[in-house]
Amino acid sequence: MSVTNPSETVALATADAPSAAPASSRRPRRGLLRGILGNRKAAFGAAVLLLFGVVALAAPLLAPGNPSLITAIASQPPSLEHLFGTTAKGQDVLALTMHGARTSLLVGFVVGAAATLVGLLVGVASAYFGRVIDDLLSLVTNVFLLIPGLPLLVILAAFLPPGIGTVVVVLIITGWAGSARVLRSQALSIRSKDFVAAAVVTGEHPLRIMFREILPNMASIVMSTFLACVIFGIGAQAGLEFLGLGDASVVSWGTNLYWASNDGALFTGAWWAFVPSGLCIALVAFALAMVNYAVDEVTNPRLRTTKKGRTRA
Amino acid sequence: MRFIVRRLAFYLLAFWVSITLNFLLPRFMPGDPVTRMFAQASNKMQPEQIEQLRQLFGLDERPIWQQYLTYVQNIFTGQMGVSISRFPTPVSEVIGSQIGWTLLLGGTALVIAVVIGNLLGILAAWRRGGVLDSVFPPILVFVGSFPYFWLAMAALYLFGVVLGWFPIRHAFDAGMMPELSWTFVSSVATHLFLPALTIVLVSIGGWMLGMRNTMIATTAEDYILMAEAKGLTNNRIMFRYAARNAMLPSVTAFGMSFGFIVGGALLTEVVFAYPGVGYQLLAAVQGLDYPLMQGIFLTITAAVLVANFLVDIVYVRLDPRVRVS
Repeated sequence: MSVTNPSETVALATADAPSAAPASSRRPRRGLLRGILGNRKAAFGAAVLLLFGVVALAAPLLAPGNPSLITAIASQPPSLEHLFGTTAKGQDVLALTMHGARTSLLVGFVVGAAATLVGLLVGVASAYFGRVIDDLLSLVTNVFLLIPGLPLLVILAAFLPPGIGTVVVVLIITGWAGSARVLRSQALSIRSKDFVAAAVVTGEHPLRIMFREILPNMASIVMSTFLACVIFGIGAQAGLEFLGLGDASVVSWGTNLYWASNDGALFTGAWWAFVPSGLCIALVAFALAMVNYAVDEVTNPRLRTTKKGRTRA
Repeated sequence: MRFIVRRLAFYLLAFWVSITLNFLLPRFMPGDPVTRMFAQASNKMQPEQIEQLRQLFGLDERPIWQQYLTYVQNIFTGQMGVSISRFPTPVSEVIGSQIGWTLLLGGTALVIAVVIGNLLGILAAWRRGGVLDSVFPPILVFVGSFPYFWLAMAALYLFGVVLGWFPIRHAFDAGMMPELSWTFVSSVATHLFLPALTIVLVSIGGWMLGMRNTMIATTAEDYILMAEAKGLTNNRIMFRYAARNAMLPSVTAFGMSFGFIVGGALLTEVVFAYPGVGYQLLAAVQGLDYPLMQGIFLTITAAVLVANFLVDIVYVRLDPRVRVS
């Protein structure tokens, strides 16, 4: 993940606009990346994500062959031979979980990146052009925010042919609006800064102002929006697949849960069939959330938990 | 007043977009839903059903704008067609018999999560770095990371199957008739407990952290210092001065989250076979009952829009600044 260092861009921006606030009024900020890496929450989150990334990449080596193949006795509880037990069909749950990480993480990150990108384009354009364009784009954004997401997901998925591609497209359609709103409000506050006005007066191209002047100053909020979108992507994908609206032949955490529920794991006591995939989703989402909070804390010092806060009797 | 009228216009527009979406989806999607339905149930279909499907999906020969006008007209007169899987029950009747359960489940869970979450947030912010502030948020964020439906599955397995404390399916005991009696109400309550609990658990962390962060910003305001200088009691400053003002973003979030709760309730309903519209929506999808699917989608959208509008009206009462601008 490459994140533009905002302290550099802030310095650049101040150089561009001589009328900006004098440097003395603003404490020099440490680099975003360095600040994040020194944060305990972020380190924990990054470590968990790294672990899952490695497992996802190495799944074909760790559990060779097709994980859906029936290789064992059905509904075996965890044992040394099958660490996570076997499904009601006789598949190895550990292999399914490891291979599931590939699809789930891939879809989650693709959806996260695409939804953030759409939101960024809409939000920054909205804030930059203002007036009619802003009204129009904000209207569309607000309408999409308001239409209940999961029912819309279900309807869209029911009409489109099933498959991973459909899941990705559907999740982008329902997921971009939230990021557009957040990014627009941030872009608006930067839009009103003097250095942007200076760029407009000097006749810079709108695209250049949007991407070279405004965007670099939004690095931290873009990153936290992206992380939130990935969480949304992984969770919503699992939900859709759990409902049987994904491609049930693909192995992912969502389809693992779908099959566990379909095979009656809840009622036969086969907890090992549905616990691992759900736990993995939660761990990844939690890790992403931790990194996200760390980004917030580093960029917004007021949120930092200090031991010597207000003490009242 | 102008604010309210503008908001109303916005919600009408949003509703129009979802109606149009509903109209366009089956007409422009790859793959013809009618063919799919024929393939699945051709031998079981009645001639009237086939005729109805043709009309619904624009297989009649009229130009598209005429179909659209008829479609919009039908929706505003409550005619959403006839359910295919429950032929010949009208879609509106199927939905009418189930929307109450969804509102009960989603509404109960939402209110409980909002009240407890906000209270925790207020207390955590008031004592920054205290026990509440350092222990609860990480736990709640972790619990909130679980998918709604997975937590529902785990709760159903643990408290329903293994321990047997709560019923695992439906909204009330089999063989009961809905009536206003103590036995029926208590049956509904025990069936409601687990699904509502899982939704509360997943959503409470968001409420707590949101409230905590706005409270922290509010406690830095000058009027809090002023209130302290006046020597007011702590509780009074906390609730009447700080929390009252920090509540405003929560009010908006309350309206927005109504939509998410309906979505969350959908999955929870499926896990617990709770007879709400979410459970019915999945059944409609599985039975390729497109009229019912679309009807449920529109109903949920309308409910979310109405809830948001009501929240807007409340907001105007709470925050006078909205009226001025």
